[in-house]
Amino acid sequence: MAHTIKIRKGRDIRLKGAAEKNLETSVRGTVYSIKPTDFHSLVPKLVVKEGDRVKAGDTLFYDKVNELIKYNAPVSGTVKAIVRGEKRKVLAVEITADATTEYRDFGTVNPAQSNREALMKHLLSSGFWPSLVQRPFSIVARPENKPKAIFISGFESAPLAGDSDFVMDGQMDDFQAGIDAMKVLADGKPVHLSYAKGSKVYANVNGVTLHEVVGPHPAGNVGVQIHHIDPINKGEVVWTIHPQDVANIGRFLKTGKFNPQRTVALVGSKVNSPRYFRVTAGVNVAALTNGNVEANNCRLISGDVLTGDAVSPENYLGFYHTQLTAIPEGHEAKFFLTDGWLSPGFSKLSFSHAYPAWLLGKNKAYEVDTNNNGEHRAFVVTGQYEQVFPFDIYPVQLVKAIMVNDIDLMEKLGIYEVAPEDFALCEFACTSKIDVQDVVRNGIDIVMAEFS
Amino acid sequence: MKALHDFLENKVKPNFTEGGKLSRFYVVYDALETFAFTPGHVTKKGAHIRDGIDLKRTMFLVIVAMIPALLFGMWNVGHQYYLSTEVVTTADPLSKMLMDKFLVGLMKTLPLIVVSYGVGLGIEFIFAGIRKHAINEGFLVSGMLIPLIMPVDVPLWMVGVATAFAVIIGKEVFGGTGMNILNIALTARAFLFFAYPKQMSGEIWIHEVGANKAADVLAEGYTGATALGQLANTVGKDANSTEVGGIMTQFAEGGMYSLQNAFLGLVPGSIGETSSLAILLGAALLIWTGIGSWRIMLSFFAGGLAMGAIFNLAGANAFMGVDPLHQVFLGGFMFGMVFMATDPVTAAQTTMGKWIYGFFGGFLSIMIRVFNPAYPEGVMMAILFMNVMAPMIDHYVIQANVKRRMKRMAVQTANA
Repeated sequence: MAHTIKIRKGRDIRLKGAAEKNLETSVRGTVYSIKPTDFHSLVPKLVVKEGDRVKAGDTLFYDKVNELIKYNAPVSGTVKAIVRGEKRKVLAVEITADATTEYRDFGTVNPAQSNREALMKHLLSSGFWPSLVQRPFSIVARPENKPKAIFISGFESAPLAGDSDFVMDGQMDDFQAGIDAMKVLADGKPVHLSYAKGSKVYANVNGVTLHEVVGPHPAGNVGVQIHHIDPINKGEVVWTIHPQDVANIGRFLKTGKFNPQRTVALVGSKVNSPRYFRVTAGVNVAALTNGNVEANNCRLISGDVLTGDAVSPENYLGFYHTQLTAIPEGHEAKFFLTDGWLSPGFSKLSFSHAYPAWLLGKNKAYEVDTNNNGEHRAFVVTGQYEQVFPFDIYPVQLVKAIMVNDIDLMEKLGIYEVAPEDFALCEFACTSKIDVQDVVRNGIDIVMAEFS
Repeated sequence: MKALHDFLENKVKPNFTEGGKLSRFYVVYDALETFAFTPGHVTKKGAHIRDGIDLKRTMFLVIVAMIPALLFGMWNVGHQYYLSTEVVTTADPLSKMLMDKFLVGLMKTLPLIVVSYGVGLGIEFIFAGIRKHAINEGFLVSGMLIPLIMPVDVPLWMVGVATAFAVIIGKEVFGGTGMNILNIALTARAFLFFAYPKQMSGEIWIHEVGANKAADVLAEGYTGATALGQLANTVGKDANSTEVGGIMTQFAEGGMYSLQNAFLGLVPGSIGETSSLAILLGAALLIWTGIGSWRIMLSFFAGGLAMGAIFNLAGANAFMGVDPLHQVFLGGFMFGMVFMATDPVTAAQTTMGKWIYGFFGGFLSIMIRVFNPAYPEGVMMAILFMNVMAPMIDHYVIQANVKRRMKRMAVQTANA
């Protein structure tokens, strides 16, 4: 019997354009890319150059600091371009895909008969290692650390997120094989798997500690679950991984092929018929949006509306993202009486009772654009962050500690336990329109630089 | 409205931007434009969608919450004026009961509001211009609070000076809206109290009461004193003396300062503070919208009642003997509780801290009021004192959280 975690603070955001349970598997992109920018603080060392032929699983670049961590091509083809930004920073390695993918053979491994060291070596070279994310710092797991536990959030609670039962259905054999591998990596320490109340798909998974989670977003954030199951103290490390990548790793161990699959929910009010797509990681955005998204005045987001990255159709799906969202841009200025700050505001989504949204019921789906709905101000209103932040941490005080660069205070207030995504709802709700996630990322970087 | 916005953007704005003739007034233009049009700024990273709420909406709702107290206060200014000059009976025509009284109050109050906003916003504009940042909405609320806590016959220049002092010394030197330690409106009031003690006491609570007294046209027996002023007179005197007895009958049922009159607000006092009923209407809106902290209001109220009850038990003088509920409906207690103590910038910011801050705010208000007859209005001092203490309260609340985390770590290490 799984133990139940009740999350009381937080809010579900209902937007128009949730995905129908309808999976399209035939989509194949023309160009794929692995973007070093998806992996925070990574300094890539390139292995390929433009024009090189690669098979799926061939290394494109590796981590300059941890040379063992390889970043591999998701498909076979020709390296089309190495896109660079300011100071020649590598933004993307683009591969023009072959019609059918050729795989580099890594050989099969049975985790039950493997040991931790051998399995780690196998995963490090495979290109799947970056799927493991560590806390603190929310960066690719450092192989030299031994985690005190591995956490898998079996579901997502972000706005318009896919339904995990639908997505994971049919992948459970692979998932179990992946879990077996996680157990080897955990080396006797627990592997925690959380599922949303009512979810059936994980009922028969073996070798994990199951947790049932009840409550609104951010209940699906792995950071929230860690905090309620086994919080991170200074000096401790945990690893996290997305359930789809657990299944990918399971399949990799059985087949020896690097084939990072993503079931992606194409959602949002700008999408004609929101549904699921089964694609390979790093697919170009246009492969999904062409013909499906109304391109005019549209914000495309790789990921969910609270934490994702704005992308253009020529860009690529982020490595960790299982959602592609399209919502209207909000460039129009709003007249104060008709739809600005003095309007009745029946169409405004707000957690605050200053607008009538709270009278209209929790199930009303909103169409929300990207307008800031106000200007940046100093902190004035208090108590807002706390309502959507289910941690035993003082969010405003932590943010202020970061703003004044007080590392000692950041540590004391719990910076090791949080990732920017945990503050996403605070950022949404903030009356003063402070970019909280940016501040938190900055704080984590400061602490990381101090101790490494 | 698109046409108007295009006109502003294309024809008017260039004059105010860098290189335009009026570029030094850009912040003023920006304030007015963003007042009329929420800008088309879009999110760049992080959360791509944002809550509909902004500071303008928040501040506007606080002002709405003050409207009942403001309207009633205007009427009450007239009501007290008529009470002081002639006998008002229920037989008077409705127009006199309502409109005549209201107009007297309106004529007196409007200039106060104009001076407060004019001086305060003027200073805000100048500072925003110097600092080149957008004008914050904070003063929209402070500018309405200041007239509401003024006696009706306070000279306008004093309101102007007090507002300037509060905005510059109370707020701008600390960095502007959101950075101040003391509540702006209370700073203005405290400034007047300490800088002009003579003018701030005596016959300014009722319109023209001093002149009328000199001309000997006051209604018989009318003193023009506030309830707390009267109560302060009882301190140090024999509770059984006729003088004290005479004062205390005014607090009994049917008296001028009876519980009913104090609750409805039919007593002399600062313009907006008299009616607990009107203030509670505003409180309902603030609590409903979540803008005012119900925790602070509730604990503040409880703190006041607690101190009142303790004084009841002590009962050393007539003032201490006032019923706790009656006690909190007198003076500025309710107004301070709803509109001053809840100021999010100067109050405690943690949930636990808010409970503590509110309770001691209310507790001290009654304590200062009763213990210090020289200055019966303890709410102002109590809230300003708690404003100063709030960061310390928060500090200890947060330290408890830090200790919890340290303890958790120690347990983990011990088990490992």
